[in-house]
Amino acid sequence: MVEATATPEADESALDTFPKLLLDRAVRYRDAHAAREKEFGIWQSWTWHELAEEIQDLACGLAELGFQRGDKIAIIGDNRPRLYGAMCAAQALGGVPVPMYQDSVANELQFVVDHADVRFAIGENQEQVDKLLEIMDSCPKLEVIIFDDARGLRKYEHDFLHSYSGVQAKGRELREKDPEFLKTEIAKGSGSDIAIILYTSGTTGNPKGVMLSHGNVLVTARNSVERDGLRQDDEVLAYLPMAWVGDNIFSFGQSYVAGFCVNCPESSATVMADLREVGPTYFFAPPAIYESLLTNVMIRMEDAAKLKRKLFHYFMGVSKRVGVQILDGKTVSFKDRLLYWVGEVLIYGPLKNTLGFSRTRIAYTAGEAIGPDIFDFYRSLGINIKQLYGQTEAAVFVTMQPNGEIKPDTVGTPAPQVEIKITDGGEVMYRSPGVFQSYYKNPEATAETKTEDGWVHTGDAGFFDEDGHLKIIDRAKDVGKLNDGSMFAPKYLENKLKFFPHIKEAVTFGNERDYVTAFINIDQEAVGNWAERQNIAYASYQELAAQSGVIGLIREDLAKVNTDLAGDAHLSGSQIRRFLILPKELDADDGELTRTLKVRRRIIAERYGPLIEALYSDKERFSMESQVTFEDGRTGTIKADLVLRDVPTTAPVAKAS
Amino acid sequence: MSNNEGLNGDVLLDVNNVSLSFGGVKALEDVSFDVREKEIRAIIGPNGAGKSSMLNVINGFYHPQEGEITYKGNTRKQMRPHDAAAQGIARTFQNIALFKGMTTLDNIMTGRNLKMHANLFLAALHIGPARREETEHRAYVEHVIDFLEIQAIRKTVVGKLPYGLQKRVELGRALAAEPDLLLLDEPMAGMNSEEKEDMCRFILDVNDEFGTTIVLIEHDMGVVMDISDRVVVLDYGRKIADGSPDAVRTNKEVVDAYLGVAHD
Repeated sequence: MVEATATPEADESALDTFPKLLLDRAVRYRDAHAAREKEFGIWQSWTWHELAEEIQDLACGLAELGFQRGDKIAIIGDNRPRLYGAMCAAQALGGVPVPMYQDSVANELQFVVDHADVRFAIGENQEQVDKLLEIMDSCPKLEVIIFDDARGLRKYEHDFLHSYSGVQAKGRELREKDPEFLKTEIAKGSGSDIAIILYTSGTTGNPKGVMLSHGNVLVTARNSVERDGLRQDDEVLAYLPMAWVGDNIFSFGQSYVAGFCVNCPESSATVMADLREVGPTYFFAPPAIYESLLTNVMIRMEDAAKLKRKLFHYFMGVSKRVGVQILDGKTVSFKDRLLYWVGEVLIYGPLKNTLGFSRTRIAYTAGEAIGPDIFDFYRSLGINIKQLYGQTEAAVFVTMQPNGEIKPDTVGTPAPQVEIKITDGGEVMYRSPGVFQSYYKNPEATAETKTEDGWVHTGDAGFFDEDGHLKIIDRAKDVGKLNDGSMFAPKYLENKLKFFPHIKEAVTFGNERDYVTAFINIDQEAVGNWAERQNIAYASYQELAAQSGVIGLIREDLAKVNTDLAGDAHLSGSQIRRFLILPKELDADDGELTRTLKVRRRIIAERYGPLIEALYSDKERFSMESQVTFEDGRTGTIKADLVLRDVPTTAPVAKAS
Repeated sequence: MSNNEGLNGDVLLDVNNVSLSFGGVKALEDVSFDVREKEIRAIIGPNGAGKSSMLNVINGFYHPQEGEITYKGNTRKQMRPHDAAAQGIARTFQNIALFKGMTTLDNIMTGRNLKMHANLFLAALHIGPARREETEHRAYVEHVIDFLEIQAIRKTVVGKLPYGLQKRVELGRALAAEPDLLLLDEPMAGMNSEEKEDMCRFILDVNDEFGTTIVLIEHDMGVVMDISDRVVVLDYGRKIADGSPDAVRTNKEVVDAYLGVAHD
């Protein structure tokens, strides 16, 4: 165990790059599992030794293809051990991996490939290779394309197209001829070398390439491994996009540091089943995933037999009352403890098993605010879910919630070695060893974000509460004012709305307006289930969204939010007066959401301008036309007659305290 | 675009002057065409043209009154469906014919039926060679599941699946039999354009990866023209055209048949 907990020891500090770490792990944890991937229905695994061999073969093969120190290699595909391996292989030669979002369309890829001066690209399969071939003419710097899965590629005849295993075979020849070659290359690397360029999805303008050094990633990985006590025998599920900084830390950086095993799901559609099979001990998910897991449980419970349903609701009541206290180690009466124990046997245990959380010691969520009910639901079951606040520019960690000090509405205390200050304007700034080097080929943006002495602007407004926990309210630039001068924090409102199971997405408007209005996207699964119960027939999202019953349902939810807001002195002016349900789901393919599924407020405001104006008129109906992009890239238009409804508001409650 | 090797391959199946009638109704009248190895051969035609009957004849389900069929060099007048299966002919149906109460995995496993040799006793006890055999078959089936990208529904009962996926499972079962000749009866009927595109890709990939010869019936002209090497057109039981998609597309009789010019 002493060996397994990766505290920065004397010889660990000499391992200042990932390839050096890999060679060490291949000896230290030789036969322990480093990676698994489910294929053909079975979990296939690699030990650290096997993984290191594969990576060295690939690295030598890349060198044979002319890969030079400083070259960029694009990596596109689902989470696969071989793609993670490609990152380390490129780093071994002093190259820089540039992982990309696997569902990006060709012209999104083109910008990054071109901007990052990518010479080599690895695509998981035909889908990705087709996209790369499509952009090849407009990206003259792209020279070599490597694919992993050969399916459908048999007929492709290009000199620049190579198979992953073909490249490895070339590499093996080189390794036999010159066994010292790669060792020398790896030894040339240092902690200040750039380890990775991550393009941030960017809510405005073109994506920016965040350059993180080996030191940036390694120090934050080591710090977080130490703070959370991650061990060599931990298991994680790698299912979030490889292009996202969090995945690079959780599924790559921390795994190399702590030596734990990274499990890759069979396909994006099987993630939930794979989650249950793996039973990760350390887990990360954005709030949306926890939310949809919970929604699924609730929907299935509604369909369960009466006795089961009663048991479930009774013991959920018990856990709601005492579960969180028990998890945080607070005092709870003997009777409640006993009840909780019975609940554990009858309900919580089996439920956690179904969700895949039986073994979870630490779970994190970040990216968006999580609903207090959802957060407490998991914690009351005994799942230690915590929030963290991070950014690509910080190699993730800015703040994290320490064990036992969890509040649903804050993001915790500063992570190890992170300094935080709040500017006069209320913006949060930080400085840490994880702070990025610069944006690739974008000194202006670097200068705007990072000060000379290393402080980084987060762009988020927030403050520290009395216990030293950071509370984030909204994007600093999004916080606006209503015409009567009261504060308008759109994201705060939207998050409140999204905590209702019927509401999947919401966009609120109100800056420099007389009152607040909202666009709503309903959750098709939850509302569809409700509609089924009410015998409401519908054929599509659009039809469901236009049902007057559904509109009424959403109106009730909004009224509840208004009652809630009335109790808050700062926000009582932000009660939602009017709303409409959008006839289509907001979609990243239409540019309305980022690839990480955050709302792009400005684009939506431009696109649906007439709708917003209609909300601020006294119209009750409005017909709209909008362009949609289908998954295959074609476009079409949808037409809809929308109903605009008022929401009852509550008079502000004068608060005593 | 499909492969062009098919155009030069040996003849795998030769249909000669086949006529089939049910009582007084003539379903097929003196139809002849051939299918070469590794090609994608389409049979198209308006409703009631005799497309499914043709497939049923090849498959041995219907016995033509006249004409003969040569498959892999053996000429026959009559064959029963299970002989067809034993000779490497597999098919899917216009109205999906899966075991609705069984999972995707089990349904596709049934496609391996003819390849299973362990005796009933060992199989029932799941021991010795039977167990080893099942593992081998399962491995092949998993290969098919991976190929058709249906991992997520592996353990889902087929009756609960949407139509497009059921069609894919049915294709999986046919593929599990490792056929030399695959007969697809309207594989894209009732699908939306995205599902159709997926299915096209699978058909091309099957042809490409497994080297399977494919005869498919389709209603949708556009789809057929895109993926097949050669096309036979039937109308009222008679063959009215045969050739490359481009040649067939411009054939006057075909255009008339599809646009509904009065029949003589």
